[in-house]
Amino acid sequence: MSKENGVIYRISGPVVTAIGISPRMYEVVRVGDEGLMGEVIELHGDQSVIQVYEETSGIRPGEPVIRTGQTLSVQLGPGLLTQIYDGIQRPLPKLEETMGVFITRGVDADGLDLEREWDFSAEVKKGDEVGPGHVIGIVQETETIEHRVMVPPKISGTVKSIKSGTFNIKEPICILDDGTEIAMMQEWPVRHPRPFVQKYAPDVPLITGQRILDFLFPLAKGGTAGIPGPFGSGKTVTQQQLAKWSDAQIVVYIGCGERGNEMTEVLDEFPHLIDPNTNKPLMNRTVMIANTSNMPVAAREASVYTGITIAEYFRDMGYNVALMADSTSRWAEAMREISSRLEEMPGEEGYPAYLSSRLAEFYERAGRVQTLAGSDGSVSVIGAVSPPGGDISEPVSQGTLRIVKVFWGLDAGLARQRHFPAINWLNSYSLYPQALDQWYRDNIAPDFPEVRTEISTLLQIESELQEIVQLVGSDALPVDQQLTLEVARMIREFFLQQNAFHDVDTFSDLHLQYHMAKAILSFQEEAKKAMAGGAQLEDVVNVPARTDLMRGRFEKGYQDRISDLVSEMNKQIDASMEAN
Amino acid sequence: MLVWRLTRGDIMSGKEYRTITDVKGPLVFLNKTEPVSYGEIVQLMLTDGSIKNGQVLDTSDDQVIVQVFEGTASVDRQTGVKFLGDVFKLPVSKGLIGRILDGAGRPRDGGPDIVADEMADIIGAAINPYSRQSPESFIQTGISAIDACTSLVRGQKLPIFSASGLPHNDIALQIARQAKLVGSDDDFVVVFCAMGITAEEYNFFVHDLERTGALENSALFVNLADDPAVERLITPRLALTAAEYLAFEHDYHVLVIYTDMTNYCESLRQIGAAREEVPGRRGYPGYMYTDLAMLYERAGLVKGKKGSITQFPILTMPGDDITHPIPDLSGYITEGQIVISRELHQKGIYPPINVLPSLSRLMNAGIGDGKTREDHKSVSDQLYAAYAQGKELRGLVAIVGEDALNERDLQLLKFADIFEDQFLRQSRDEDRTISEGTLDLAWDLLSNIDTKYLVRLDQKWIDKYHPTDKIGKDEE
Ligand SMILES: Nc1ncnc2c1ncn2[C@@H]1O[C@H](COP(=O)(O)OP(=O)(O)OP(=O)(O)O)[C@@H](O)[C@H]1O
Ligand SMILES: [Mg+2]
Repeated sequence: MSKENGVIYRISGPVVTAIGISPRMYEVVRVGDEGLMGEVIELHGDQSVIQVYEETSGIRPGEPVIRTGQTLSVQLGPGLLTQIYDGIQRPLPKLEETMGVFITRGVDADGLDLEREWDFSAEVKKGDEVGPGHVIGIVQETETIEHRVMVPPKISGTVKSIKSGTFNIKEPICILDDGTEIAMMQEWPVRHPRPFVQKYAPDVPLITGQRILDFLFPLAKGGTAGIPGPFGSGKTVTQQQLAKWSDAQIVVYIGCGERGNEMTEVLDEFPHLIDPNTNKPLMNRTVMIANTSNMPVAAREASVYTGITIAEYFRDMGYNVALMADSTSRWAEAMREISSRLEEMPGEEGYPAYLSSRLAEFYERAGRVQTLAGSDGSVSVIGAVSPPGGDISEPVSQGTLRIVKVFWGLDAGLARQRHFPAINWLNSYSLYPQALDQWYRDNIAPDFPEVRTEISTLLQIESELQEIVQLVGSDALPVDQQLTLEVARMIREFFLQQNAFHDVDTFSDLHLQYHMAKAILSFQEEAKKAMAGGAQLEDVVNVPARTDLMRGRFEKGYQDRISDLVSEMNKQIDASMEAN
Repeated sequence: MLVWRLTRGDIMSGKEYRTITDVKGPLVFLNKTEPVSYGEIVQLMLTDGSIKNGQVLDTSDDQVIVQVFEGTASVDRQTGVKFLGDVFKLPVSKGLIGRILDGAGRPRDGGPDIVADEMADIIGAAINPYSRQSPESFIQTGISAIDACTSLVRGQKLPIFSASGLPHNDIALQIARQAKLVGSDDDFVVVFCAMGITAEEYNFFVHDLERTGALENSALFVNLADDPAVERLITPRLALTAAEYLAFEHDYHVLVIYTDMTNYCESLRQIGAAREEVPGRRGYPGYMYTDLAMLYERAGLVKGKKGSITQFPILTMPGDDITHPIPDLSGYITEGQIVISRELHQKGIYPPINVLPSLSRLMNAGIGDGKTREDHKSVSDQLYAAYAQGKELRGLVAIVGEDALNERDLQLLKFADIFEDQFLRQSRDEDRTISEGTLDLAWDLLSNIDTKYLVRLDQKWIDKYHPTDKIGKDEE
């Protein structure tokens, strides 16, 4: 395609209108004397409307606009892991090198280091037939992750030559019979889902180490979850906990229109946190996208696509990938801002009419799939939602809830009581348990699903009893119901509450979760027996061993001690009966 | 003299247009100009000889839209318009310290113009998230409610959510006076930014800064209630530009207090309405979140620089409603909030800080062993939990009376009163140290509750800090 030059006709914030070129939709163009990066988002008569990924002040009509012929794409290959990018895949460390600590504009940067050399070892040989997505060799990208170099989609043939050794990512390492050259790097347009053979129904949980999530409202590998909640209720902490502790092999973390310091925190912390699954620093498996609230909104709009495309790329290698987007509301707002500059007909609350279809398309890119190469990979997507005033009747929350299968509803009231994670156990849900139950029975305990049901039933009963307590006080209830309240309190304070900032409590192994739940049921049973035998509720509740059991979860080695602590509690409860 | 004039020697030679077609609210629409850049500064020469200033909001070959800071009264089709060829810049130097400027950056104290070391673009570029440094140095404010429960750290943005008639100004000033890093004698420079506050409120600030000698260590940017409303959109940008310069070029630790964000947002809404934009919630522009973030995010620490910017924006919640878009969007950007309560104020408690909806998100990084005290986190969690439960019980007691409460509930109920009366309440010049002043006091008050109900406290801290005898003695 020949390059064409046009000129700027109009500038309104991040939206620039050009005349004199006829680009394709979503083509990348260079805008103004400084060559700022932009993307064509509307064609209108002889005008091309462009969203610009950098600050536009100081730019004037008449400055040039140049076509590139490319659509907005990311570079994929070794070097993605441990990197932190802005919304259009410019590495932030690179930007710091060229611009200093403040992000100015007009600087280009490749997503991947094109000079750096990697050790490539071929996995196919001359004469092998290869097709799209086939792994032709590997690079040990980080200590824990092997990067599987794949034949790009749409390419296939017979290997004519392939070499192992040290190469940069642009050098051809494999040549096919028809002369096609394959390098370690490929590019992919971010707005198009990468291809796969078929989607499977998820049937393995994404284990997060967060008790309320794993136990009551589990997410499946390849599943989707939404976390709506008012400000300060714990969306970011929950997302970060998932980024830290979930048993995904690759994590893509998108800070979309949120705080700068939150990204710094991840950067500071992750290199020092040890992945419980590999015993190596978590950073090894992480890719970050940071387009904070004060960075250009058009790049914020793109950040979500940049992130999910990278996630799909690792999925195609056969990995289980988890992607967190914090916050999808800021992404939706970026769409709204651009749409209003385009003077499009607004839908609900000023959002564009296509909001819900964009949300759906995004979440549809999650899933457990059979890859082109025939292996099994998944992308799980967890999106935070920031509803104005915490009221989820608004379009972004509603659009999200229509699609996602797991709803972790954060509650301002719980956050205010410092009950964390402030996930409301009464209105949250997961549609996965049925699909996952077999896995739990096989891998954790045969009665796992039944224990979960008992725990959630107790919480339901508590909420009904609480309504009565509000009217008459708890002393007016019969003792067996008072016991139920105590058991429910134990579920809340001992099991559901989990301190993300406590060294030990921050992560609970799924087996431990099960034992903790059983401990609560065991308390209930022993207490009932003891009270039937004449013990006082007050005494049963206050046996010192129960406090030890509850406080013990903050200490290392709890998993080994919990059954002793439970026996001791049961013994003391029995004794309280004899004391009467 | 206008600040931006300093940037361009040649502006007086710039072409003057008389092509105004429409005037709508604070906006002026012009036809056919030479290419004018987006964000460019504009001067309007009125027929009566007076001059107004503005900025380009939209530009094309056919039409330019200018937002006029002083409002459009008296603008007519004969008004001359000049484009000054540059975006808005503030002359910055260390000489800003000790000065009072108006809302557009002109001296207001009768002093000379600021001699610029540098002309700084007031929009400010975003700090590269990779270049930030995590804030983690505890700032002791001497106010127990804040120090114990919503601890502030250097480089944080922590707004005060207040409402009309509440003593937020006293609290802000008390913080400005008392704020210090424990074990360091680095002082703060205060950048104060007034947006549409009354002359009386302004005088209150200035007198207090004067009285304590802090004025010499402050730079003030002042737009009062009777100053142009649209100018308020630039005042905080000037203040933050000054703050960034002082922090990142001269290693100062800067405390930025700006008040009242609500007036700022009203001005933003006014512009949106004049542009006939599709409004977001309650008529505020859909981009208000981003706009506010461009202010609030100008806080923090960056790698390789010694200085820091800590922000205390003050906003008054319309109708005391925390879900109103102004506090709501602020809360989504800032690193917590300090919420002032009318109920506590009416009970005569100063500072009337409601710790329950208040939050400091950076607290965990700033407290604990070696920073404040090892038991800080536990104590703070326990204070919250006990106070929250005690407060909730008040509602129940109103219906069923105290007789229906069990022992635990009675203790918690009593604790809520003690907490408000002894922990929250302190005088305007009472400067409590974190360890002896605040945390020890907390233990003292918590000892009114039986330890078996203090489930948020680690046993090891109970053993070490609990004034154990107390319950025993009371019972004897
Ligand atoms: N699991 C948790 N354990 C301990 N504290 C928590 C937990 N979750 C949240 N918090 C507390 O709540 C605060 C706010 O959480 P967070 O920053 O995640 O809120 P958010 O919902 O992301 O808010 P915003 O929408 O403003 O970004 C945290 O700083 C922390 O103090
Ligand atoms: Mg958040």
